[in-house]
Amino acid sequence: MARSPKDGGAGDEVAVRNLEQLVASREIVVTCGSGGVGKTTSAAAIGAMAAAHLGGKVLVLTVDPAKRLASALGLEAFGNVETRVPPELFAAAGVAPRGELWAAMLDTKESWDGLVRTHAPDIATRDAILANPLYQNITGKFVQSHDYIAMERLYEIHTSGRFDLIVVDTPPTRNAIDFLEAPERMADFFSSRLLRWLIAPYRSRVLTAASKPFYSMADRILGSQFLQDIAEFFILFQTMYDGFVERARAVERTLEDRRTTFVVVSTLESAPVREAEFFIRALRERNFSLGAVVLNKVLPAYLLDDDGAEAARRLSTDPASIAALLPDDLGDPATLARVLREIGDSYLNYRVVAAREAEERAELAGAPDILCAAPFFDSDIHDLGGLLDLGATIWR
Amino acid sequence: MSPSADVPLLDRRLVFVTGKGGVGKTSVAAALGLLAAEHGRRTLVCEVDAKGNLADFFEAAPNRFKPQELAPGLFGMAMNTEESLKEYLSLQLRVPLIARVGPLARSFDFVASAAPGVKEILTVGKLCFEVRERHYDFVVVDAPATGHVVAQLAAPQAIRELVKVGLVRDQTGWMVEMLEDPAVTGTVLVSAPEEMPVTETIELAHRIRAETNVDLSAVIVNKVLPELFGRGEEEIFRALQEPAHAAALSAAVGHAVGPVLEGAQLAVTLRRSRAEHLTRLRAELPQGLPLLYLPYLFSRTHGVRTTRAVAEALSAELGY
Repeated sequence: MARSPKDGGAGDEVAVRNLEQLVASREIVVTCGSGGVGKTTSAAAIGAMAAAHLGGKVLVLTVDPAKRLASALGLEAFGNVETRVPPELFAAAGVAPRGELWAAMLDTKESWDGLVRTHAPDIATRDAILANPLYQNITGKFVQSHDYIAMERLYEIHTSGRFDLIVVDTPPTRNAIDFLEAPERMADFFSSRLLRWLIAPYRSRVLTAASKPFYSMADRILGSQFLQDIAEFFILFQTMYDGFVERARAVERTLEDRRTTFVVVSTLESAPVREAEFFIRALRERNFSLGAVVLNKVLPAYLLDDDGAEAARRLSTDPASIAALLPDDLGDPATLARVLREIGDSYLNYRVVAAREAEERAELAGAPDILCAAPFFDSDIHDLGGLLDLGATIWR
Repeated sequence: MSPSADVPLLDRRLVFVTGKGGVGKTSVAAALGLLAAEHGRRTLVCEVDAKGNLADFFEAAPNRFKPQELAPGLFGMAMNTEESLKEYLSLQLRVPLIARVGPLARSFDFVASAAPGVKEILTVGKLCFEVRERHYDFVVVDAPATGHVVAQLAAPQAIRELVKVGLVRDQTGWMVEMLEDPAVTGTVLVSAPEEMPVTETIELAHRIRAETNVDLSAVIVNKVLPELFGRGEEEIFRALQEPAHAAALSAAVGHAVGPVLEGAQLAVTLRRSRAEHLTRLRAELPQGLPLLYLPYLFSRTHGVRTTRAVAEALSAELGY
């Protein structure tokens, strides 16, 4: 009896065999990995491939404060507002896309302002929050606020239904899972007793015997004006408490939903691989959907060729005898020998690195079924054509 | 501000090492610390990133807040703002019951997660404290990647603007003085000859100059690939790639040289595309900023031997 795909595998998910099938079955793809592994580029490449081959409206949302996606997409700049990648760029790359590619970069401050406008109970509160010096500091400089606002913005765009697929590039946080826990931490924070405690005296002006030492110490350390600024800020913010916490929970649910999948990006250098393994574990522990691992800048397999290694060794150890066997028109024997040695040495050097990479790949623990490798590219990716070329190496 | 070259890097007391992920920032910080320690300076390397792996470069157990000796005269610690606050409270406020500091510090850490600059000041404050108290001759900071370091370096000044009175304000004065003295404090940007690292290094260099008064001392370009061929040699390599010559070479060697020639071509291409980024880096960095180069290491592992190799290369570049 033929089995339908539904009862064929684990759970009720249809088995997907490659990145294309994975992306086709999801609404949100979140790329994560350590810095410098090509995460942003991979996200853009996945988005470009989806727009080209799957169709629909695809948004690449980069939350990396380092503003990289613009150059990778050949756009001069784009901001907090979603911008369509000009269709001419696809034409220039010789591709007739089935869908549309859009891009947006997260402007943390602007996103926070938008959130305040949505949740503030009245105009006076809204303006007071926006003008509060602490608020301005937090939204402008406070690093962790990127994590939360990234997930919040993702949620906002997703629920708006404006896009069929959103590919999100996460902040290059060293504490890998920060962004996953950002909604939860934000909700915890706003519902914390400590916060109420801290704010209380500025509401009632009556200090209880129990809390007095706490405030006098806080006063000594931070100064009462600063404490008052903090209190004012949080009192104002508490007016948005319900909306905020509810929102944070909803963001969390979206990340856990099976319409969302995570793609871990890495190179085969040892530190990024350890980081990738950490991500893989963290995602599995939290029961998030781990869809694929993408390996970037992988050295070509011919560097591991045994015949090649033997040839390189001979070139490296006895270039003069080999040079003597070659036609004269290749130049003077001494220079030729130097070139031959250089070629042999270089191969052996790169072979060491390629062997290390192969080991890392074999040892990459807990990787999902979809494991794609993109090679080193001759030149940097600076246009849509380059992104599509990269995408093609990992797509199927 | 006086030019950076006036005070040699290793003659300073506090050096922040920063750079984009993947460029080898930690490896350079480790090597810089090792170099200083080998010159007899009691050195502390402090990693500020969560989940740092600095100790791996010395094949030691992970660093904690309490320093451990990684090599003779070289100590390693990992920043922890809660521990830093506890230490501060017990030293500065002479809180009678240390037992009470525990939960209080945790509460503050919680506030610090939301209040601006508090974590930054606890980090920078601890580092400045180690320098001021002369616990070490030389403190190297494996600072957070790119943009975040600016927030850290600017934190004491920012806090002074926000907090008008109180102990914290008093405490930031001497920190600002220390951070802004180029004879004491310097920053080093680690880069790699690739497109994005170069772009970010240029951006960060200008930001440090514009947004902080901390001396930008040098840019270290890591992972520089070797040039394979000199003048006239590249033509020979081109000729060898022609099918007839390649076949002759395979016959002379006794093994197929196809992969070897492809490998050499890859090396040439990688080197060339990187050279363009180096040119751009040199052109767009602030004038007069020293640039140091460290070679790409074709090594199997990243243990203490590799760290020593990086330290040697750094020593040659610094003339130290």
